[in-house]
Amino acid sequence: MARGKDKKKRKLEKKQEGDDVPKKVPHTLESLREKDETMLANTEAEEQEEAQKDMELDELSSYFENSYEPKVLITYSDNPHAKTRVFGKELSRMIPNSLSRYRQRSSVKRIVQSAIREQMTDVIIVNENQKQPNGFLLIHLPSGPTAHFRLSSCKITKELNKDHKEITTHRPEVILNNFSTRLGLTVGRMLGALFHYEPEFRGRRAVTFHNQRDYIFFRHHRYEFTPDGRRAKLRELGPRFTLKLISLQQGTFDSKRGDYEWIIAGRRHQMETSRRRFFL
Amino acid sequence: MQHDDVVWAIINKTHCSHKVTTKTQQFCRNEYNLTGLCSRSSCPLANSKYATIREENGIIYLYMKTAERVMFPAKQWEKVKLSRNFEKAIYQINENLLYWPAFIKAKCKQRFVKITQYLIRMRKLKLRRVKELVPIQRKIERRERRREEKALVAARIDNAIEKQLLDRLKKGTYNDIYNFPQMAFDAALKAEEVSSESESEKSDEEDVEREMEPELEKELERNIEQVDEFVEADSDMESDAESDSGRKENANVGSDFESETSDIEDMPVKLPIAKKPRVEIEYETEPVATVSRKKIKQ
Repeated sequence: MARGKDKKKRKLEKKQEGDDVPKKVPHTLESLREKDETMLANTEAEEQEEAQKDMELDELSSYFENSYEPKVLITYSDNPHAKTRVFGKELSRMIPNSLSRYRQRSSVKRIVQSAIREQMTDVIIVNENQKQPNGFLLIHLPSGPTAHFRLSSCKITKELNKDHKEITTHRPEVILNNFSTRLGLTVGRMLGALFHYEPEFRGRRAVTFHNQRDYIFFRHHRYEFTPDGRRAKLRELGPRFTLKLISLQQGTFDSKRGDYEWIIAGRRHQMETSRRRFFL
Repeated sequence: MQHDDVVWAIINKTHCSHKVTTKTQQFCRNEYNLTGLCSRSSCPLANSKYATIREENGIIYLYMKTAERVMFPAKQWEKVKLSRNFEKAIYQINENLLYWPAFIKAKCKQRFVKITQYLIRMRKLKLRRVKELVPIQRKIERRERRREEKALVAARIDNAIEKQLLDRLKKGTYNDIYNFPQMAFDAALKAEEVSSESESEKSDEEDVEREMEPELEKELERNIEQVDEFVEADSDMESDAESDSGRKENANVGSDFESETSDIEDMPVKLPIAKKPRVEIEYETEPVATVSRKKIKQ
């Protein structure tokens, strides 16, 4: 009862105050996020410059200088089931200049070696569990880094009631949203480096990696601006999936002597000190 | 001092700790056994002259015992290291077991072949890649799935993408491809509003009459050139604006998109006309309706 009365009172007060009072913004995990030292927005100009320079020197910088054309190899775990195979095919259709091959029992290190010989620039290995793709290993060649993602809620075009033939051969443009920390930027750059540096805007295909609370949502759209240019209409082409970073390794894949830049360690409390702490 | 037959009689008829009895067969667990079967000829205890092949840490040895050494259990077995080379090793076996029973000779060679093969297989397996099975903790998995759903809701992906695309459009990433006179027009309007109010009123009027008067449009176009980099400053633009050839291209490509207006040309003309009469009708009908309601109440 008392609460109900309070509510009425509050409503009355609101009316009396009128529209001048600014609307209260609700707290979200995003707004309450713990500050990360490496977040570029937080740091001072000097550090930002340093980070810029650092990025100019890393393994991915040559992509951003547009000095080569990405060539991507997509492969699977042993004996992939239908969904994983279709997923890989669709990935290869979506990423320009990529090819999907069966693994034929070869080890990751050998795949990496042969891919370097074939002058590939990236290798993607899709792992599956219980007929569902569940792992996504991304290796940038020739000298790393290697990112291992957990892959979830993967939907191929058929499950979205779409047709993969709708995906045109135009080079898509890449949208990287919300990658804010230093680690996030590296991951974002890695994912961006799968696609050609110069998109073909006429194809109106957009590929999005949207980071939200460390989950990287992938979407693939064709867009069209409304005639007045104020809005953009989107039509999803598929596939769609979600990535979550498990580990980031320097150099190419090496599970024994690899140097991990970042890894989820332990079960819960070691890494996850707070629910409001995000790494990307 | 050899009582092979006595030993065998005991082993066979009563108890032997190495013997394993199954429904069909009897096996022997003695590590010196040549065949693994419990039989008179392959029993290492009941044969004083016996030879076998054993593997120790990847090295194959030929073990032999003779009746003379039976009394010294520590020195009972003579051990010969066999060569890594297969043919050499076979030759070694032949040499060492020269006048031995054919059964032992044959079985020794058989066992040697088997051991070399499993050693080769072991080496291959070691060199091949090692798969690691990682357990998936159900609780963690469930938590991550739940958080993913929540993050997806919080992300509002479509809005974010649209915003990003429009940002790019405004920044001029798609420089020549899109040509929105309307947008540029709005930008020009804003610029004029800032400068003076009276002028802005004028431009509002122009908005309505825009399609009618090509001359006014030209003026606007000039404004646009000054204000926004967006639109190319071409002399062709003026004719284009009427024919809409540039815009139509965009509309045609995506037939799948739900497009509100099939022809872009109609948009700016229709809107203002459609709005005005509606407003007027409301003014006319409202008082009538209220009166009638009052009448009913009375």
